[in-house]
Amino acid sequence: MALLKTSKFISSVGSLTPSLATLPIRASSWWTEVQMGPPDPILGVTEAYKRDTNSKKMNLGVGAYRDDNGKPYVLSCVRKAEALIASKAMDKEYLTIGGLGEFNKACAELALGLDSEVLKSKRSVTVQTISGTGSLRVGANFLSRFHTVAKDVYLPKPSWGNHTPIFRDAGMQLKAYRYYDPATCGFDFTGALDDISKIPEHSVIMLHACAHNPTGVDPRQEQWKELSDVIKKRNLLVFFDMAYQGFASGDIDRDAWAVRYFIEQGHNVLLSQSFAKNMGLYGERVGGFTVVCADAEEAKRVESQLKILIRPIYSNPPMNGARIASTILNTPDLRSTWLEEVKGMADRIIKMREMLVANLKKEGSTHNWQHVIDQIGMFCFTGLKPEQVERLTKEFSVYMTKDGRISVAGVTSGNVGYLAHAIHQVTK
Amino acid sequence: MSIFGEVPQAAPVAVFKLTADFREDQNPSKVNLGVGAYRTDECQPWVLPVVRKVEKMIADDHSLNHEYLPILGLPEFRSSASKIALGADSPAIKENRVGAVQCLGGTGALKIGAEFLRRWYNGTDNTKTPVYVSAPTWENHNAVFSNAGFEEIRPYKYWDAGKRGLDLEGFLGDLESAPDHSIFVLHACAHNPTGTDPTQDQWKQIADVMKRKSLFAFFDSAYQGFASGNLDKDAWAVRYFVSQGFELFCAQSFSKNFGLYNERVGNLTVVAEDQDNLNRVLSQMEKIVRITWSNPPSQGARLVAITLNTPELFAEWKDNVKTMADRVLLMRAQLKEKLKALGTPGTWEHITEQIGMFSFTGLNPKQVEYMVKEKHIYLMASGRINMCGLTTKNIDYVAESIHEAVTTVQ
Repeated sequence: MALLKTSKFISSVGSLTPSLATLPIRASSWWTEVQMGPPDPILGVTEAYKRDTNSKKMNLGVGAYRDDNGKPYVLSCVRKAEALIASKAMDKEYLTIGGLGEFNKACAELALGLDSEVLKSKRSVTVQTISGTGSLRVGANFLSRFHTVAKDVYLPKPSWGNHTPIFRDAGMQLKAYRYYDPATCGFDFTGALDDISKIPEHSVIMLHACAHNPTGVDPRQEQWKELSDVIKKRNLLVFFDMAYQGFASGDIDRDAWAVRYFIEQGHNVLLSQSFAKNMGLYGERVGGFTVVCADAEEAKRVESQLKILIRPIYSNPPMNGARIASTILNTPDLRSTWLEEVKGMADRIIKMREMLVANLKKEGSTHNWQHVIDQIGMFCFTGLKPEQVERLTKEFSVYMTKDGRISVAGVTSGNVGYLAHAIHQVTK
Repeated sequence: MSIFGEVPQAAPVAVFKLTADFREDQNPSKVNLGVGAYRTDECQPWVLPVVRKVEKMIADDHSLNHEYLPILGLPEFRSSASKIALGADSPAIKENRVGAVQCLGGTGALKIGAEFLRRWYNGTDNTKTPVYVSAPTWENHNAVFSNAGFEEIRPYKYWDAGKRGLDLEGFLGDLESAPDHSIFVLHACAHNPTGTDPTQDQWKQIADVMKRKSLFAFFDSAYQGFASGNLDKDAWAVRYFVSQGFELFCAQSFSKNFGLYNERVGNLTVVAEDQDNLNRVLSQMEKIVRITWSNPPSQGARLVAITLNTPELFAEWKDNVKTMADRVLLMRAQLKEKLKALGTPGTWEHITEQIGMFSFTGLNPKQVEYMVKEKHIYLMASGRINMCGLTTKNIDYVAESIHEAVTTVQ
């Protein structure tokens, strides 16, 4: 066993105290070779925003919903669920590795639909995970260990920034298929079909179920149908990431349409769900990971292996958020309140999109801003170039990521006029 | 043809299977001495009074929301939790060379520490650095480190079955023969599963060898306060190592000492040589967290932070912890008395010499099987019992059953 960079160690220590060069007493750090990790690009945006003293500043980097006053929004169904839970004075005993059973059941039903044949035949397994990230991580680990016929995961171009490092760290290889068309600020349907038709058999293909992050560009239903066909022809393993069910269109069934269609078409999918946005439970880390299997027996085997994967990461998941989500989903009047409130969030986002375009027109912009309305969900790929983004930040204190992405959640009726003005100034 | 057609059925995790079997057992005398959670004398889970109080405070505070925590966790939780481990007056803290990562329970803290070490310790991506865990140890230690990529997980001698105590000679011998820079997972107090801890003098000997051979100390502290009833006493080993100049990790769990099992409250305390090294280490841990769970859950950390940072609540918590520790100590004393009174062969001093939640009874697998099958008393195949499962109501039955097992089963 080689000593840690012996000569380097001794020479650095020896220069301080010659006697230590002979006796390897540890007088300097283990971590001398540890590099400073690169700053997170999105966090960097928020940090710069915080430092800005301009009263008109806008943070359009934030990936969390804000109300029309720019404030975080705690759903009333969440508060009610919390009060209900508190009144029961429950204990704090460990959950099982797979998490809260009633949550897992409700989570699967929400995604797949109550009448799903998959649920009736019990041929899926759902485990509670640490929100969407934790779900993707468990899924990536599962694929790495058990999907040994192929190591490639195909992501849409672009995709959520964290997809790549998660899958890579799990031992998968990352590839891409065309998705966003910068010329139209829309879906590159022919490009996607073309790329997907060439993907090697058995590869994993990641699909954003709705409200694509970061572009906001979703396929139309007819396009999803063709995608399903070519994916089936190529015999690819589908992994859906659904972080915005309900939050995209305001309708939970509509937002889950692609997932349900693919399953009906015979794809046995993997599915990650997050309740961070649609229930505003961000910091409580509520999510689920589902594997649709051939039959109930296979689902049991897969479940046993998921537990083996989870145990050495965090043993078992946190209760609080799952209990809140489960209470909401399983209590009729809380569930209907939730459906109204998630629609309320989606509606406000849609309204801000419309107001932004209307204000841009009012400013006299002659560009085509239709994509701002066509795109869906929290994010909008404006089409702004890096130089224009830089001007927006420097001259107008509007903060967003360099790729031109804005979080529409950060727009309010109070600041949409200012934003339109600023965008017009840098694009006219 | 399913892509998962070849996925084998995995064996269930033993300790949870034990509880599942216990639940299905219809026998009215059944006793669960398996999984490690505190129970009252009525054999009920106990939510600490201070926890109920702070929970209500949080629920009533409508200025609080559910926004994301920072990747490394709630700052006031991280710093107060590290203070608990190292002492509020810790010189290392004063020197700004202590940091922390809020993690999902003790397991999560071990995980982040292990992933960091595999990437950055003893070279980069040095998966061949041996990781030593005690023989025996908490069964999940192996999986945490091997899943982090370490190829060599080795045992170090620890439990002497013959004398039912610490095999110090074996331990020191394994430290000596370990390659320099090896990683050693040390139980800060209340060793799981044996309940056997080194004395302060023995810790000093262990530290000496570790320093001389540049071995890395990774403490697992899941029972601080719960072992002796005194937070400082239970943290002595960790603090001693810090005072000896070690850079170390301490994986802290608040599952047992706060009774917050299912909220997954843990803290990975990092002690580095100076602030600059500390910052670089934390920046890399942040990257690991981001691809594992992005950011940690808020509820439990809030609760602990409020408690630790509010003097009256802190005092109440310490009191609650002592209540738990005292009940365990009482059960230990009574079990030993009863076995002695029954004249059960063997010595039973180890029951009161051992500390914390668990006791390695010394029962062999056949005797354990007898206990489970014939007496409906559920304990681990290793002979480990959870003292918390004992109550004034079942202790006679358990003592008598141990007596039967020892005298009739070889």
